[in-house]
Amino acid sequence: MTAATVQAPPASSMLRRAVVSQEMVLLLAIVTLFVVVGLINPRFIAERNLSSIFLGNAYVAVAAIGMSMVIITGNIDISVGSLIGVLATLSGSLAIAGAPIIVCWLVPIAAGMLVTAGMGALVAYLRIPSIVVTLGMLSILKGGLISVTQGEWITDLPAGFFLAQMRLFGVPSPIWFMGLLTILAAWWMRQSETGRSFYAVGGNVEAARLSGINPERTIMKAFIIHGFFVGIAAVLFATQLSVIQSTVPANLELTIITASVVGGVSILGGVGTVIGSTLAAILIAAIASAMIFVDLSPFWMRAVQGVLILATVLADLWRRQRQRRG
Amino acid sequence: MTEPSAPLLSLSGITKTFPGVRALNDVRFDVRPGEVHALLGENGAGKSTLIKILSGVYRPDAGEITLDGKPVRLASPQDAQSAGIATIYQELLLFPDLTVAENIFMGHAPRRRIGGIDWQAMRRKAIELLASLDIHDMDVDALIGSLSVGNRQRVEIAKALSHNARVLIMDEPTAALTEHDVERLFDIVRLLRERGVGIVYISHRLEEVFLLADRVTVLRDGDHIATKQVAETDQDDLIEMMVGRRIDALFPKGEAKIGEVVLEARNVMRPPQTNGVSLTLRSGEILGIAGLVGSGRTEFAQVLFGITPLTEGEILLDGKPVSITSPEQAKSLGIAYVPEDRGQHGVVRPMPLVENVSMAVLSRVSKRSFIDRGSERALAEESIGKFSIRASGMDQIVGKLSGGNQQKVVLSKWLATEPRILIMDEPTRGIDVGAKAEIHRLMSALAADGVAIMMISSELPEVLGMSDRILVMRGGRIVSEVARGEATQSGIAAAMMSDADPLAEAG
Repeated sequence: MTAATVQAPPASSMLRRAVVSQEMVLLLAIVTLFVVVGLINPRFIAERNLSSIFLGNAYVAVAAIGMSMVIITGNIDISVGSLIGVLATLSGSLAIAGAPIIVCWLVPIAAGMLVTAGMGALVAYLRIPSIVVTLGMLSILKGGLISVTQGEWITDLPAGFFLAQMRLFGVPSPIWFMGLLTILAAWWMRQSETGRSFYAVGGNVEAARLSGINPERTIMKAFIIHGFFVGIAAVLFATQLSVIQSTVPANLELTIITASVVGGVSILGGVGTVIGSTLAAILIAAIASAMIFVDLSPFWMRAVQGVLILATVLADLWRRQRQRRG
Repeated sequence: MTEPSAPLLSLSGITKTFPGVRALNDVRFDVRPGEVHALLGENGAGKSTLIKILSGVYRPDAGEITLDGKPVRLASPQDAQSAGIATIYQELLLFPDLTVAENIFMGHAPRRRIGGIDWQAMRRKAIELLASLDIHDMDVDALIGSLSVGNRQRVEIAKALSHNARVLIMDEPTAALTEHDVERLFDIVRLLRERGVGIVYISHRLEEVFLLADRVTVLRDGDHIATKQVAETDQDDLIEMMVGRRIDALFPKGEAKIGEVVLEARNVMRPPQTNGVSLTLRSGEILGIAGLVGSGRTEFAQVLFGITPLTEGEILLDGKPVSITSPEQAKSLGIAYVPEDRGQHGVVRPMPLVENVSMAVLSRVSKRSFIDRGSERALAEESIGKFSIRASGMDQIVGKLSGGNQQKVVLSKWLATEPRILIMDEPTRGIDVGAKAEIHRLMSALAADGVAIMMISSELPEVLGMSDRILVMRGGRIVSEVARGEATQSGIAAAMMSDADPLAEAG
């Protein structure tokens, strides 16, 4: 990085920042969890369990990337769980109807972007709070999905359809998607003008506007890009098992939002990284799995998620307050 | 009113320290019944801390507070309230969705015997209370949210009196008022004084001190500088006490060659705040815009910058008509706007300094819409040097910088756009004297480079010291124009305050 030649911040402060950064905290938490639970019950770190943790939840991390971008602009999307359900069903239905496999993969992504673009337009141009818009969309999608599928699962999917079961160089594709998309998105958020404008609009929309950034267009972009990630997440979800259920895991949207927030994305906007949200998605999945291995009722998982959210939000508020005073 | 009577409320030896700052150091202050005692000082002088001690929000580390000669402890705002001390803050603390009467009697509504609120009595008492302040035109059933700022402030005063306040602290009460409301406020203050209420009056406008106050106390850097009879002092004396040096050292206006007209406004309208403004601005010129808050200065600046585009009239750049409908567009035409409210409109607090500075020129430090970190950091490096921004480094979060340094970040951001026209709204409000002088020096340097500067300021010494030409605004139009040589503080103040313009009534 050329930056270092201009002005290198003192090494000690850089080190301190790296150590206390949310990403580092999460990484340490993940490693600690694997070590501790692995000692209690070695089957936890057996390959089979690790792959189920990562494979089964990669789509959550992918959706959390888009979610993080939306939250960084100061908005939120609580329809995301239902949207994944609808797009997965769309993908499966296309496959059953005999559409080319590539179409089954790409159409849900395009449809996802279309839906989020619609929500983004309502938020950006009609100034309806995103929580209201996406709550409405949540109901529409959920109701629509149940009415259309009648709760039937989609079975007899064609052979080449199962993207999430494929491997590249021996590594399962969901890991590739999660890893590459996270790195790409993190780089893009850091380096692109658009990524920067997400932070500016979420940090102070009026200052951004006065600086010549168009906040409406920026919010639209965040929603549309979010739709892209939701689309990919839906395809991964649809193709991981041999059937597509007509329902998504309960509270999927909450798990995704939790990943963003626990990953260090401030619910107040303007702060956070997608690396953090991916790490948090892994942490949450690992905790859920660990609870089984240490013989805790999985029903506690919701409580644990709740504690994680509250702890992170409190830490965030505390940080902000200190910032204001200092 | 000036014959000394025993103080109602008196503070002595007050010291208050916050981590790293001594906010007040052995300060004394008192207020007598039936007097207006003005409290003056630059921002950061310790006025707010002193008010918060008086109203029970902070407790002093050392010192004594006496009420009617007896020591009291003001450990909480409730203590202060029961001691008869009420504070009217700049941001009014009313409930917008409740009525006037409900707000006045919030927390102590008249009750019926069985415990319910006696609505009739509450309305009646509210009407009586308002009438006692000579306010007969207010509907006690109106929602606060529907009232003008001036009316809300009257409700706040009535609310204070409903607690039988004997000491009323008013923190910059005229800051958000229109001229007409200012007059009415002054009438109410005089009425309360006649009734024996002791009033602590904080204002940045020295003229108001001379219009209203009996005594004046000046604080500087937490120290008590002097308490004087208003009759025995004058503006220069007060400014010198506040600032600690002669003002001619403060405004280093250099000579600049005044060139061609770069910006012209012709009868620019955007009701209700901008009602036909015409002016010209030349390169190398600093044009001062004076006027009270509410006179439409900021609103006019926002029209020029495309935040609220004009509805009628014409703006010309270099003699050619242009249409400015967004800040984005204004920026591309070479206009920069340094807003009044830094926190709201200037900086993005959670962002590092380097990203704030480059925000308005992102496309310039980018290649094919990807940011070139090297040139971005070079820009920040240059700005830190040029404006002597005090920060631990360019990666410091801007929210952690002091007000003056935040203002310099906003300035850096806008000067990075290399504007030809720079609009500055209260460029030095709320920043310390040192940073102020630096910003003034910078303005002179920019003018010398041919930048046309329009400076809005409520500080008359600043307007007089920095401007080549001064325009006075009132009621959304320009009411007076004075050249540098002919301007006097009292002449400008008179033009600002005069009630001659019927339009000023509108608000």
